Amino acid sequence: MADYDLTQTHIIHLDEPKHEIALSTEKLNVYYGENRAMHDASLQFERYRITALIGASGSGKSTYLRSLNRMNDNIANSRVTGKIMYRDLNINSDEIDVYKMREHIGMVFQRPNPFAKSIYDNITFALKRHGQKDKKYLDEVVETSLKQAALWDQVKDSLGKSALALSGGQQQRLCIARAIAMKPDILLLDEPASALDPISTNTVEETLIRLKEEFTIVIVTHNMQQAARISDYTAFFHSGRALEFDETRKLFTRPKIKAAEDYVSGHFG
Amino acid sequence: MRRLFEDELNDLHVRFSEMGMMVNEAIYKSVKAFINHDKQLAREVIADDHKINERETDLESKSFELIALQQPVSTDLRVIVTIMKASSDLERMGDHAVSIAKSTIRVKGNTRVPDIEKDIADMADKVKQMVEEVLDAYVKEDRKKALAIASEDAAINAYSENIYDDCIKEMQRDSETVIGSMDYMLVASYLERIGDYVMNICEWIVYLRTGKVVELNSNAQEDKF
Repeated sequence: MADYDLTQTHIIHLDEPKHEIALSTEKLNVYYGENRAMHDASLQFERYRITALIGASGSGKSTYLRSLNRMNDNIANSRVTGKIMYRDLNINSDEIDVYKMREHIGMVFQRPNPFAKSIYDNITFALKRHGQKDKKYLDEVVETSLKQAALWDQVKDSLGKSALALSGGQQQRLCIARAIAMKPDILLLDEPASALDPISTNTVEETLIRLKEEFTIVIVTHNMQQAARISDYTAFFHSGRALEFDETRKLFTRPKIKAAEDYVSGHFG
Repeated sequence: MRRLFEDELNDLHVRFSEMGMMVNEAIYKSVKAFINHDKQLAREVIADDHKINERETDLESKSFELIALQQPVSTDLRVIVTIMKASSDLERMGDHAVSIAKSTIRVKGNTRVPDIEKDIADMADKVKQMVEEVLDAYVKEDRKKALAIASEDAAINAYSENIYDDCIKEMQRDSETVIGSMDYMLVASYLERIGDYVMNICEWIVYLRTGKVVELNSNAQEDKF
């Protein structure tokens, strides 16, 4: 792999965003034991926008995404330093109730992972755990979430059926519906379409475009075309660093950093 | 995804059509200024040309962005390539309108030849009509109409040849008209070139519909100017 100058970065600061900054990190570092997996990443995520995190395998993009809702807490020997600012709160501090925080910052994973329960129960699972018992409210949430995830029309007559009987693309949209049922502010997605065929990928992408009207979306993707198609901002990661962060249309037409230029042009490595 | 792409493509179409109208207006004004010896109007055409140039740059960067971000293929890609190519033809047409405007400023005070000016006015009307038609054919992606417009180019070339011959005769008859006639010949050649760019756009319309690059211009046989 070519040697790139890791000290050279181009990270825009959103001085006058149309919407407020929903989430940001300041000098975020992630350590796995002695290994420093993320170096001083400072990025901002504008509300009602899709930000794509791109980069080769091992570049740190998933590590960064996972730290945004403290998923790295569960990994032994891991340590995260720096600030993760959400509503004037540093959610990387010890006082934060992580479970409460995750109600606001939801996550959808690479592989669809519905619970071995009915479609209905998948969506209402977290709400019930949080003590919600009002059947009418739960019914409403199931309908709205499935509609938002573009799945309602296909499953409305079989809500009692096992979620595992759905196709891969449908399962992933169910997972999106499950995440938004909690009405989070921010939706983190870790390669949500990489296990799907092109048609399901397209449906998931269209779903995300619609969802950004209500949520702030941060998505990790290996698929550069996907980042180009759906995101408003893109962050390029390399060697555990965010090297370039800019509007997607700029990063994909006039990248400033050599590594980013090589990566988006497919000449990387 | 498709909807988003189509919205952006539609926006590109609209901006291209607007550019077409800007160019058409520039041609109309420049010829009107030339016929009426209206220096003021000619200056206006020259001053407004930057708007046409900026629109071309803007269309080019928007097209570039759509290609980079949406990776269009097949018809979608052809639509964008057509806009990029045709907008560059439009921009050149605008430059010729500027050249006509510059001739207007120069010609003032020269000995005039009303018969030739009448022919130039008629030729300009015909060119203007073709520009309007080609923009309409583009919007409708009408291949048949594009081919029909292309066949009208012979009439433009005929005008051009007549004006050329008349100018030569006039210059031989009265040397006072030499400078003015030179400008008449130049203006006729600018109009003739605008006609050629209309042909190019016709070719792009055919390409858009069929994917085939065709040569509709018959200029290879006549290179009088």
